[in-house]
Amino acid sequence: MQATLLTIALAPLVGAIIAGFFRNQVGRRGAHIVTIAGVAVSCLLSMHVFKLIAFDGLPTYNENVYTWFEAGGYSAHVGFLVDRLTAMMMVVVTFVSLMVHVYTIGYMAEDPGYQRFFSYIALFTFSMLMLVMSNNFLQLFFGWEAVGLVSYLLIGFWFKKPSAIFANLKAFLVNRVGDFGFLLGIAAVLMYFGTLDYATVFANRLAIDGKTIELVAGHAWAVPTVICILLFIGAMGKSAQVPLHVWLPDSMEGPTPISALIHAATMVTAGIFMVARMSPLFEMSETALATVAVIGATTAFFTGLIGLVQNDIKRVVAYSTLSQLGYMTVALGVSAYSAAVFHLMTHAFFKALLFLGAGSVIMAMHHEQDMRYMGGLRKYLPVTYWTAVIGTLALVGTPLFSGFYSKDAIIVAAQSAAHHGGAAFAYAYYAVLFGVFVTALYSFRLLYLTFHGKERFVVDAQHGDAHHDDHGDDHGHHEPGHLAHAPHESPLVVTIPLVLLAIPSVAIAWFFVQPMLIGDFFAGSIFVDIRHAPLAHFAKEFHGVVAFALHGLSTLPFWLAFAGFALATYLYLFNPAMPGRIYAALRPLARVLENKYGFDDLYQALFARGSVLLGRGLWRGGDVAVIDGAIVNGSAAVVERAASIMRWMQSGYLYHYAFAMILGLIALLGAFVWIE
Amino acid sequence: MVDNTVAIAISMADVRAMLPELFLLAAAFTILMADLFIAQAQRSVTHWLAIASLLLTGALVWRASGDDSLARSAFGGMYIADQVAAVCKLFILGSTLLAYVYARPHLKPRGLFQGEFYTLTLFAVIGMMLLVSAGNLLSAYLGLEMLALCSYALVALNRDSPLSSEAAMKYFVLGALASGLLLYGMSMVYGATGSLDLGGIRAMSSSNLLHPDLLVFGLVFIVVGIAFKFGAAPFHAWVPDVYQGSPTGVTLFVASAPKVAAFGMAYRLLDNGFGTPALWPNWAAMLSVLAVLSLVIGNVVAIAQTNLKRMLAYSTVSHVGFLLLGIIGGGADGFAASLFYATTYSITVVAAFGLIVLLSRAGFEAEEIDDFRGLNQRSPFHAFLMLVVMASFAGVPLFVGFLAKLQVLKAVIRADALWLAIVGGLCAVVGAFYYLRVIKVMYFDKPVADAPVLGATDAGFRLVLSGNVLALIALGIFGGPLLTWCMRAVAAS
Repeated sequence: MQATLLTIALAPLVGAIIAGFFRNQVGRRGAHIVTIAGVAVSCLLSMHVFKLIAFDGLPTYNENVYTWFEAGGYSAHVGFLVDRLTAMMMVVVTFVSLMVHVYTIGYMAEDPGYQRFFSYIALFTFSMLMLVMSNNFLQLFFGWEAVGLVSYLLIGFWFKKPSAIFANLKAFLVNRVGDFGFLLGIAAVLMYFGTLDYATVFANRLAIDGKTIELVAGHAWAVPTVICILLFIGAMGKSAQVPLHVWLPDSMEGPTPISALIHAATMVTAGIFMVARMSPLFEMSETALATVAVIGATTAFFTGLIGLVQNDIKRVVAYSTLSQLGYMTVALGVSAYSAAVFHLMTHAFFKALLFLGAGSVIMAMHHEQDMRYMGGLRKYLPVTYWTAVIGTLALVGTPLFSGFYSKDAIIVAAQSAAHHGGAAFAYAYYAVLFGVFVTALYSFRLLYLTFHGKERFVVDAQHGDAHHDDHGDDHGHHEPGHLAHAPHESPLVVTIPLVLLAIPSVAIAWFFVQPMLIGDFFAGSIFVDIRHAPLAHFAKEFHGVVAFALHGLSTLPFWLAFAGFALATYLYLFNPAMPGRIYAALRPLARVLENKYGFDDLYQALFARGSVLLGRGLWRGGDVAVIDGAIVNGSAAVVERAASIMRWMQSGYLYHYAFAMILGLIALLGAFVWIE
Repeated sequence: MVDNTVAIAISMADVRAMLPELFLLAAAFTILMADLFIAQAQRSVTHWLAIASLLLTGALVWRASGDDSLARSAFGGMYIADQVAAVCKLFILGSTLLAYVYARPHLKPRGLFQGEFYTLTLFAVIGMMLLVSAGNLLSAYLGLEMLALCSYALVALNRDSPLSSEAAMKYFVLGALASGLLLYGMSMVYGATGSLDLGGIRAMSSSNLLHPDLLVFGLVFIVVGIAFKFGAAPFHAWVPDVYQGSPTGVTLFVASAPKVAAFGMAYRLLDNGFGTPALWPNWAAMLSVLAVLSLVIGNVVAIAQTNLKRMLAYSTVSHVGFLLLGIIGGGADGFAASLFYATTYSITVVAAFGLIVLLSRAGFEAEEIDDFRGLNQRSPFHAFLMLVVMASFAGVPLFVGFLAKLQVLKAVIRADALWLAIVGGLCAVVGAFYYLRVIKVMYFDKPVADAPVLGATDAGFRLVLSGNVLALIALGIFGGPLLTWCMRAVAAS
């Protein structure tokens, strides 16, 4: 088992190393062959492990593989904890990663950084696996930072674009805020438990029950609340929850395959996974859970609204991702961890599908991302179109599609939490409920603007040279909406992953909704306090996959989604002039949404400018005057003076040397013989 | 009454225990004679013969260290073949071997590629092997002098160079002085304890002595002798002149293996001879003074150097300070940390001088730090090798120098000498400056217009050098086994 797990983790790393360090030796073809082979091995073995753990009843694997260091009673290990939760994550990560790898062959075909890109995404796969397979907080943090690093590198993959550099710096800085909280949380765990091993911490979790800590003198805080909120701040950064969500839309500056892999399917869900993994701790603090629910609900509803006014195809999907992450967070907040993880899984498939579909459209449009210059692409891109339809149906929660089951479970869980709990949970319930309407509206808006309606682009007559844009270039040199030649369906390496992702987007829930949400699939991985029974109501309503789908037709979420669908159809299909008029009428509201509620401007003005000013002040006052002037140059001057004196003593005269030796001898004799 | 005569009845068991030294002695004589009949054009034969004899000796040491049937003590306690001796000997042989490989391309174009270099170094190696195996003050002195006399001659190898002759002269005179002091100290110790055998001294010093002061008096002189061999301040004056004055090929040898031998000598005398709880505070306090002086003087003066060989000489003084810190820590932990420090230092410093050889060529010595300007643009790989060596010297994590410093500091802290650890840490920071300066010069300065091309070296040289340097990284990350080996050796001895 250990060898299998090591192979799963290390195979992508080997691929990354070969593609990265020997990129000139292996060439473009070699780079994608080694990385795809590595990830494929990982994927197959992950499925094998999943089968062993989930179906063959193999017990949870929890072993340390390597001791990194030991210091003062604490020993840091590299170890694997593989239970059903981990096994599921491994399959999702490696499968989506494999699809994205294959897709990249087509998407990045003309990019000069081809090998570098493959090296990065394989490295990402390794880091993500280390994160999910970890059996301790330290390794979790390693994986956490490593995926952050790769994300940073990939957002700025086209590093000649200033906007890409701005975006990756932003992602990096915002994540620092989250990671700071996360690290403090880990430190608090170490402080109270003396260990960072999951199993030991969870087994002793009651040791901190009822303990308090005074962070501000006079105000006692419950330790579990402090730990959980700190850890959750980390999740907020990584999973882009309000107010740390600002980096995710900008991360769309990166190439589309990584938007699918990192910023939709896997890395951004690390926060969700982490909280689910820490469920034994979160279950100890009602305050922390309520906080989680409120943050998630705010993200779910309000970022969805922003998606309504975006014109960039990838940004719409990005805001949709934010909103869906909010759904998962709400599920965590109402203790429905398994629903969160289940939605994580279905979302990984259909959102990766939507992103890759968007990428396919972008390729066909020669890297035009503005939906105002698209339309009517259905007939040019049949495979992309149909898979996008499937992804959209799954996303809005159409009965029988995977997204339906996972989203409905969250809404039902939020409803029962609202029923039992306070205002926070009620707020969460209404946010996720009306979020369904918003989701349907922006999803179908995207679908109609892109694939239906009139063609809003012009194919220039001049053929001849098959001109393709160089990705790294500034795309401003041609007019928007003008294509050199007609859009055409993407190659097989692009469409096959679309089809392969469309299958689980439809069907994965059929097989797993029963065991994961109602059965005890996650028993032992996820802990839910007996006071909470978030999914009891869902279990009562659930009588089989088809029956539940039929039952869904009579519920409020379905009709809200249908209303969104109907409104979008009317506005964007039958009356395309209407949205403009609405926009004009609701101008102030639209402006608020276009400004993304002012978060970006606020951060820019307050933190970015503020820290620049602070930095300049410290530089002038602290650095130049005190540190450089007094400490550095001052001590250097002292050392230099001393050195020149001692150098002078090294005169080169033999008798000076001998004299120094004799003096040394006499001093030693004096000190140790005569004085004593 | 202690029996003052050392009864020596040579038995076959004695000979077997000492087989490695005897073999090397025979080999050295063979090479000495054979070299007479080898034409200058075929001088490489001598080179390969010397390397082969080192390898074979190493194999004998290795085999003997694992052979439990061999006597651990021979010639009436004159000779000790324990694990510490084995570790020391293997690193002495290994770093000498590396020195041979690196020295050849430097000596050849300068007309110094002579048989003398090999025979003198081989005799010096025998001296070092005896020194680290000494069980008696006399055999220690014998080994020490054998090493010293060969070293004087080696430094003067390039006898047409005034710088070399001057360095050799200074080395010889100061060495004679130190040797006299050491011998005087030994006679005092003999007077106090009535024994020349180190075990006997240790046993006697625990009992009621007639003149306990006399023992401490002698100990001071012995510590001075050890400090001179190490090159610890204030007995370090010869180090910069010798390092700079000798041909780089000789510096390679003088700077590396003898440091391990000096550790062996310190271990034999201070632990085996004076390691009693009553005497330990005395020599530990003496060494503390010397260590602090070495750390401060070595690091501070190194900053002011523009000549790389001189800079490395002062850096040696500071490293000796560190090495002494471990010995001050005392006990198995302290000596093991120092042994680890000495062995890894020997292979680091030999790589550093090897890189100087690489950049030198006929008529040009790459001795000035400025000669390394912009090396990264001329040869990124060699700049990287130098980077690793410098970073390891500076004690940057991931490189073996860090691990060595860490062990020593741990040992000092365990011995409740926190202030020494703080001094050591601070001096390491100061020291980082001049190592980083070399890196800065290589990577960030523009090469001068007539930048020297790399010297002509063969593929074997480059391969060994690369392996040597990469070993510094490997040992930095996976240093556990060597460290465990050192600990076991000290614990078992």
